[in-house]
Amino acid sequence: MMASRPKRGVSKRIQYIKFAHISPEEIRKMSAVKVITADTYDDDGFPIEMGLMDPHLGVIEPGLRCRTCGARVEDCPGHFGHIDLAMPVIHVGFIKDIKRLLQSTCRSCGRILLTEKQMEEEEELRFMLGSLGGDTTDFDHLMKRTAKDASVRTVCPHCDAEQLKITLDKPTTFREEGHKLTPKEVRERLERIPDEDLMPMGLNHKVSRPEWMILTALPVPPVTVRPSITLESGERSEDDLTHKLVDVLRINQRLRENRDAGAPQLIVEDLWELLQYHITTYFDNQTSGIPPARHRSGRPLKTLVQRLKGKEGRFRSNLSGKRVNFSARTVISPDPVLSINEVGIPIKASRELTIPIRVNQFNIDIVKELTSRGIAPVGPHGEYLPGVNYLIRVDGRRIKITDRNAELVSEGIEIGQTIERQLVDGDIVLFNRQPSLHRMSMMAHKVRVMPHKTFRFNLCVCPPYNADFDGDEMNVHVLQSPEAIAEGRILMLVQENILSPRFGGPVIGGIHDNITGAFKLTHNNPLLNKADTSMILSKANIYDWPEPTIVDGKEMWSGKDIFSIALPDGLNLIYKSSICQQCDDCKEMNCDIDAYVMVKDGQLLAGTIDEKSVGAFKGKILDKVSRDYGADAGRIFLETSSKMALAAIMITGFSTSIDDEDIPEEAKIQILEQLRQAIEKVGGYVEAYREGTLEAMPGRSLEETLEVEAMRILGKARDGAGQIAGRYLGLENSAVIMAKSGARGSMLNLSQMAGCIGQQAVRGERISRGYHHRTLPHFHKYDLGADAKGFVTSSYKVGLAPTEYFFHSMGGREGLVDTAVRTSRSGYMQRRLINALEDLKVVNDSTVRNTANTIIQFKFGEDGIDPSRSVQGEAVDIDDTLLKVFGDKRFKNIAKELKAAGGE
Amino acid sequence: MARKDTVNALIRRGVSAKVSEALANANFKIGDLKKAPFELITQFISEEDAEELLKLIGAKKTHIDKEQLKAASKKKAPKKETKKKDKEIKPRMDFKMPDKVPKMTDFEKKISTMAIKLGTPLPLALVQKVAAKVKPLDEKEMKIFIEEIVAIYNRRLIDSNESAGIVSAQSIGEPGTQMTMRTFHYAGVAEINVTLGLPRLIEVVDARRTPSTPMMTVYLKDHVKHDLDKVKMVASNIERTQLIDVATVETDIENMQVIVKLDQKKLAEKNIKIDEIKSSLEKERKLKSDVLVEGKKMLVIKTEEASFRKLQQIFEIVRDCKIKGIEGINRAVIRMSDDGYIIYTEGSNLAKMPEIEEVDPSRTTTNSITEIYTVLGVEAGRNAVIKEAGATLDEQGLTVDKRHIMLVADIMTNDGDVKAIGRHGISGRKSSVLARAAFEITSAHLLKAGLIGEVDALDGVAENIIVGQPVTVGTGAVNLVYSPKKRRNK
Repeated sequence: MMASRPKRGVSKRIQYIKFAHISPEEIRKMSAVKVITADTYDDDGFPIEMGLMDPHLGVIEPGLRCRTCGARVEDCPGHFGHIDLAMPVIHVGFIKDIKRLLQSTCRSCGRILLTEKQMEEEEELRFMLGSLGGDTTDFDHLMKRTAKDASVRTVCPHCDAEQLKITLDKPTTFREEGHKLTPKEVRERLERIPDEDLMPMGLNHKVSRPEWMILTALPVPPVTVRPSITLESGERSEDDLTHKLVDVLRINQRLRENRDAGAPQLIVEDLWELLQYHITTYFDNQTSGIPPARHRSGRPLKTLVQRLKGKEGRFRSNLSGKRVNFSARTVISPDPVLSINEVGIPIKASRELTIPIRVNQFNIDIVKELTSRGIAPVGPHGEYLPGVNYLIRVDGRRIKITDRNAELVSEGIEIGQTIERQLVDGDIVLFNRQPSLHRMSMMAHKVRVMPHKTFRFNLCVCPPYNADFDGDEMNVHVLQSPEAIAEGRILMLVQENILSPRFGGPVIGGIHDNITGAFKLTHNNPLLNKADTSMILSKANIYDWPEPTIVDGKEMWSGKDIFSIALPDGLNLIYKSSICQQCDDCKEMNCDIDAYVMVKDGQLLAGTIDEKSVGAFKGKILDKVSRDYGADAGRIFLETSSKMALAAIMITGFSTSIDDEDIPEEAKIQILEQLRQAIEKVGGYVEAYREGTLEAMPGRSLEETLEVEAMRILGKARDGAGQIAGRYLGLENSAVIMAKSGARGSMLNLSQMAGCIGQQAVRGERISRGYHHRTLPHFHKYDLGADAKGFVTSSYKVGLAPTEYFFHSMGGREGLVDTAVRTSRSGYMQRRLINALEDLKVVNDSTVRNTANTIIQFKFGEDGIDPSRSVQGEAVDIDDTLLKVFGDKRFKNIAKELKAAGGE
Repeated sequence: MARKDTVNALIRRGVSAKVSEALANANFKIGDLKKAPFELITQFISEEDAEELLKLIGAKKTHIDKEQLKAASKKKAPKKETKKKDKEIKPRMDFKMPDKVPKMTDFEKKISTMAIKLGTPLPLALVQKVAAKVKPLDEKEMKIFIEEIVAIYNRRLIDSNESAGIVSAQSIGEPGTQMTMRTFHYAGVAEINVTLGLPRLIEVVDARRTPSTPMMTVYLKDHVKHDLDKVKMVASNIERTQLIDVATVETDIENMQVIVKLDQKKLAEKNIKIDEIKSSLEKERKLKSDVLVEGKKMLVIKTEEASFRKLQQIFEIVRDCKIKGIEGINRAVIRMSDDGYIIYTEGSNLAKMPEIEEVDPSRTTTNSITEIYTVLGVEAGRNAVIKEAGATLDEQGLTVDKRHIMLVADIMTNDGDVKAIGRHGISGRKSSVLARAAFEITSAHLLKAGLIGEVDALDGVAENIIVGQPVTVGTGAVNLVYSPKKRRNK
């Protein structure tokens, strides 16, 4: 792929990694020391030669040098040793492969139990599979089939020897017609298999001989892999692997002694099996069929396979994900004054986080000045100034800068050296909140160094991170290389991510008070006096006043005019806002509730600004501005409009309390009456069911019919109660403003507070479990009425009766369980999806391909459109384009003509 | 099964797989082979193979005299006939090959060619949408407009090297956290429960063989779909009816017999005649006793031997006897729609649907992706994945761009069958050892890699992260090289 001589500026790459098995000879060859004693350290605490901690195996203590390579701790990677096993032992990982090989090769001549013809057929198939692009799984299937073909044969076609049945006694014992095969015998058989018979069996003889799967030498990993730690008490604590190796060595020693002394076969075999056990657990301590080896405390040892496997294993927690420097984590809190692409970093963190700066002829003076200030410089007013933490010399040595040596070091700075400068305002950092479910969970922000100890950011950025401030913590990563900083600035900055690739709409936008504020500013176009207007404009840093409206000789400013300042010139939009009641006959501009939004040339002419205009996920203005006027325009609109909204909400103030849910006495009576009727109706159905006059719905039993009916009636009753309550809750009510404008809460929440909570359900059904034939002892047995099955007539405001409270808790519990289960299930689904799709990319010819260069799609999404640039999935908004190209008048004519043409 | 046994038996005797398959296909059994004349065998396999075969199974080489030949040809002839008949009985569906791409109208063609002239062919869907709106424009306006459309389209194309896969996976995975766990819901038809929400999405992505709640939507041909009576008849033909659904079954211990009392009303409803019941009971293999019809609404089945166990067995067989309907379809519900009546079924068996005359097979569908794949092929399977995943997300009120779902469907169906997202499907078949090891079953993959000497070319994302070098997607796929020009003066 890459030319042998890498070009300047082109990163070097590893071309490939080849996997192979290691032969006993090679194990011995690469071994730095032959380990023979099970002891680790002598009485003075020095490692014993030819022991498991032999200094030839690498160094773990700082200051010492490696006996093999002579390097220090940082540079010596460690060296393997080996143990010569007294008797061969089976490697558990290959037990299935060994079994397959034994079963499908001849016990006397070692050839595969296939006729020449079958071999040819097999080879043909294998060749075909290869040429058709079969993957490892496909070859695996073929190999299994071949093995099956071979193993059913009872007579060797090559030497006519009769074959006996070989079974595997899990985990590691082979039997031939009941007679036990020792690993030594197994090894002898595997040795006999000729190279050319290995390919059909799924082995590549160039990298793996079958007899290597029976170990005669065991590699001893370097001490760097299994470092021992010294406890405070001075006691040494060894790694699990070392413990296991000690066991192996001990038994190996005893086995050798016994064998050499000519001990009875029985004893030798027992020891041999014990050695097998230790080596098996050394590889995998979770092998089924044998008890796991345990630490003295009773904790199972973590041996080789356990180190690699699973979420906490090497692969997932150290190789696929890595711990990093230049990062920080703390609690987050809101700051509406910050720009949406800023993040407030505490001074304390800013002093620790650094950015490397290469010294050159243009910046050397500045760098010297920075360095000379020491590590915690402050300005004349006690404000934060960046210092320098380290100087990195050309030879790579780091010099820690302290207040003492700052001056000295700064004088010695030369071109080509690098300093690590503390954060300043405007630096680019990545900001992240877990779980990182989509790419907007990690965005680039500009640094604002601030006092106090939390990270702060604009509230509009809460939705993509799914953050709130009830104690959430977030992470910051400081970008180091110029490339990374450039990428962060161009691709990852917050405003570049306003439009989500999921649905082509905004994910960043106003929430809560931003929406309420915008509503208050624009709904029914309030007139504001000079003082209020100037307050709003100053908060949004606007100095160009809109034209005033003269009312009674006084200069007044209308809310819509003020809001229009935030809109870019030439913006045209027509839509219905969240408060729209979806009347059958839309009055458009003359809407009674000011829900018909019309923006013409950047002027808000009619309508209320609410969630549908500026909200995250729904905001139409936000959507259009960021797509058509650029990401930065989107950011500016969002900032200005949200600041104005917050200022507007401050004019009158905005709060909600329990009396927002007050409804007049007559309404309460109405609601009670309606609920009573519903409950009675349910009672009627129950009676009909008892008497057998209830007609079953098609395909349902009587019980089911009753349940469905009851649910329907009671659901309707709850809605009815909500409607009655809603009639008395108008738009002058703060809670209603929030619900209707989409700021927070819903009308359902309100009606549950003011009217009736309604039916509680578990698994989508009325509550039915608990006691024998009843839900609670407060009811009669077999009571199927509304209140006995979890209908809550009270409102949250009135409070719940004890039985109601109990039912409500049951429903609530289900919700909690649901959430817990859902997060884990969807998390796993996403992991699988990511894993399956991670390698796909769009290549230059606009096809989507995977790493094997297989074409997955000829054009991404069949039209090659980037969803985050689309208009809610559409490539081009045609109406909009018509309007843009031909102007308002012609656009209307075109629409008219089209209608006329369609009518004909 | 018998065929397979023969093959295995032959292989055990040392006959090659190819030969044994050929013989088994020719309906030979081991016993037949021993007796069969040489010529008959050589009709299916080569002479050398045949000689070897006879040796292996220890049979003498017999030659045919004329009589045997005749017999053999007779034996073979009717077989062929039955095969032919089978083909004739199965109604070959005359599927009209649908125009996959609807033909462009002249106006659309005009727009399309204009765009091509500008250097950017527009996708058909866009052309159609444009065409629907720009009729009133004159030539000059049209040109300006198409130019603008092309410019916008080009601006919105996806970038090269975009890691489209990861974006799509996130776009589908992220809303997963917002979905409900509640398994059952009523979808349109109140009588039929359907799995929805997150469990259903997982099911689709997993490419499960059978969904937890299989369901079919059966559309009917034009001449039936407005006639409720006919529709009811079709529904009762589809719905699997057991005897117990239309009758009460009792055991008469005194006389050691099973009595079936038919419910006339239900029989009429389902349009079943007493003879049909009798014949379907007689078809029941396990039931060896005679079925006697007594009067208009009673059937009596007598036991041969007087044993209670036997009686109970008969009772169970009779009770569960299928008298009508299609295997797997437990219930059929009729619903009115804008387009006549539609039958919804609980349970699914798409393969059998075209056999029913009144059913419109071109529109009838099921929620079982594997079934659509086996009956209609991969492309249909791909569309089914898109449809099901899209519908599940839509129902939850979550908007996910169709392109993301398409990409998932495309990778699932990329090599000709529907593969699951996960260790048994796509992830288990990745070319990179490290990527597989990092996903699941780490140690097995590593050990296996050594066995066959796998080579990891480090092309993918996971592998490169593991070895610590830039990944091959996004900005990692390119290198920017800046070679500053030397200044002339100096």
